[in-house]
Amino acid sequence: MSGTRAGGPSAAPAIPTGRSRRVRGRPLLHTSYAQDMALLDTRAKRVSAAALVLLALALSAVLTDPALEVLAAAYVLAIGAIGLNIVTGYAGQVSLGHAFFVAIGAYTAAALSGPPGGDTLGYGITEIWVWLPAAGLAAAAAGVLVAPLATRLRGLYLAIVTLGLVFLGEHVFKEWQELTGGVGVGREAAVPTLLGVRLDQDGAFGTREQQLYLLMLVLLVVFAVAARNLARSRVGRAFAAIRDRDIAAAVIGVPLTRYKVLAFGVSSFYAGCAGALLFTLSGYVEPGSFNLLLSVQFIAMVLIGGVATVSGAIAGALFLSLLQPLTRALPALVPVISGDTTQTPNVFQVETVLYGLLIVLFLIFEPRGLFGLWIRVRNYWKSWPFSY
Amino acid sequence: MTGTLETIIRGLGNGSVYALLALGFVIIYKATRVISFAQPALMLAGAVAVSYLAPVTGFYLGALLAALLIAAVALGIERVAIRPMVGRPVFVVAIITLGIDVVVRVVVNSLIGRDVRQVGDPWGFDLVALGPLVVQQRWLAMMAAAAALVTLLFAFFRHSKYGLAMRAAAYDQETALAQGVSVSAVFAVSWALAGFLAAVAGMFVGTGQGIEQTTWIVALKALPAIIVGGLDSLGGAVAGGLVIGVVESLFQSYQGAYLPWLGQNFAIVSPYVVMLVVLLVRPYGLFGTREVERV
Repeated sequence: MSGTRAGGPSAAPAIPTGRSRRVRGRPLLHTSYAQDMALLDTRAKRVSAAALVLLALALSAVLTDPALEVLAAAYVLAIGAIGLNIVTGYAGQVSLGHAFFVAIGAYTAAALSGPPGGDTLGYGITEIWVWLPAAGLAAAAAGVLVAPLATRLRGLYLAIVTLGLVFLGEHVFKEWQELTGGVGVGREAAVPTLLGVRLDQDGAFGTREQQLYLLMLVLLVVFAVAARNLARSRVGRAFAAIRDRDIAAAVIGVPLTRYKVLAFGVSSFYAGCAGALLFTLSGYVEPGSFNLLLSVQFIAMVLIGGVATVSGAIAGALFLSLLQPLTRALPALVPVISGDTTQTPNVFQVETVLYGLLIVLFLIFEPRGLFGLWIRVRNYWKSWPFSY
Repeated sequence: MTGTLETIIRGLGNGSVYALLALGFVIIYKATRVISFAQPALMLAGAVAVSYLAPVTGFYLGALLAALLIAAVALGIERVAIRPMVGRPVFVVAIITLGIDVVVRVVVNSLIGRDVRQVGDPWGFDLVALGPLVVQQRWLAMMAAAAALVTLLFAFFRHSKYGLAMRAAAYDQETALAQGVSVSAVFAVSWALAGFLAAVAGMFVGTGQGIEQTTWIVALKALPAIIVGGLDSLGGAVAGGLVIGVVESLFQSYQGAYLPWLGQNFAIVSPYVVMLVVLLVRPYGLFGTREVERV
């Protein structure tokens, strides 16, 4: 932001900067660009964000281990959803190929941290600060390689091409048995070791699930803040300009190719990191898991949560991840629904139908997703009791 | 040589099925500018409907009834889920069709069950001799049916009042509205036609090997076909479908011997490779219209 004003002679001291001029009791009155661009621009947002993070931290001590594992997986999926939101939500490039980049991250990490000399490729580097960035960078490299196609194509052409990418990737990963172990066999996933401490075993910081939960939570916060920062920067504004009208963006001087490549690169980086982390929870990767359904799940998270909002992507990921344990509890409440896969209707069918229906219903009735619902609630209470 | 020709005939047979599916995609795309990801579910639903109707009514009548039934289902989907979305970004509508696909497929899968269902077709894997060539009857049936349907469709678009209305609406919706064309009726007819074609294609996919829960993947091969042909070209859809079918069949027969390093079952993903290659050379497909933007 400072860069835009530095050069001109009109960088006059008349424009107030900093937070000093905040008017008490008027949180929405911005007296400087810095306030306008702030990460959390009102006191309420700062307080509630801090409270949410504290609550999430506290949950690690309260919840049972299985519940923590579900939440940890949700946090990882949220990282992936934030990544998809960068390319699809902020930059407006529809990608159905997210599962492909997730797979690249997962296998890069698994290969780096795998035991050397085993059935599958492995280099024995289990430190998370090595394999996590490496997984992200490998996926980002793949994203940048794909991006030239993206810059030539628009809209649904791009969606179909990225869909083709998923199928090609699935084929490669199924066939490349030295890396992936092959269909139905799979291989061990990346081992999270932080400075010599194995986080996937009970240790000094609590049980296995507690440690992994905290790891995923910290990483989610880091990735979410990074995405928010990207979105409010020059790059984020360029993305939004391309999404809203790419020709207009080009006319006002946004280099389309560079920013589309950047969007794919960053998004794939997130996907790669999410892929690397996702399978540390189960400890096992199977090449069949990176199919079109995974991509659709990420799309669903972004759409149900709220397009082009980081908090929405997180909410969507949490919502869809919690859907699974909730539907698993249904047979006890609704006797018609069976827990047995051979019966109809069973929980898996209910879960899949809910997926599809939720996507359709949200898009028809609340296109802004969960984030939009929150905005409605907030606006209602803002003017309460005169909200009509 | 006969082997190659037989391979090509198999490819043309499968390709005509892809062409029917691709036509469905293109018809919806031309009318609404949306790619309907619900086509795979409709295809599977068509095949399942045939498999239930054929033992009761006989195969040919069953196939016709099933196709009409799926056309009605597609009409219903359009009315309930797509019509409220007119004027919204195409991406959003495309994702809605993705959601519908998921829902419909769950219902259809529960009708299929765990095992393979036979559609009750008269051809099976029976062979027929064409001079020196020995090919399966079903490939010829697919080609004949596709040729008949494509001819009918093109005649419909070319010569009937409704076909003209659909072409007008595809060309410019507002002008068509001003001339008295009911654009909403055009949307509905497009979906019904696409559902009909998908059901017929599904029935042919099920000939011989039957259908199972994973059969829906076949319908996605029509996506490379429409990209190769160009999203908004009916002729391109047919050509693209045939090209994809033949390429896939050639890979199926010869890739194991000549390009073994590509791995088993490469034929299944070969359509997507063809699509990528074509897009690198011609971003709007072989017969698609280049998008011209005015600033």
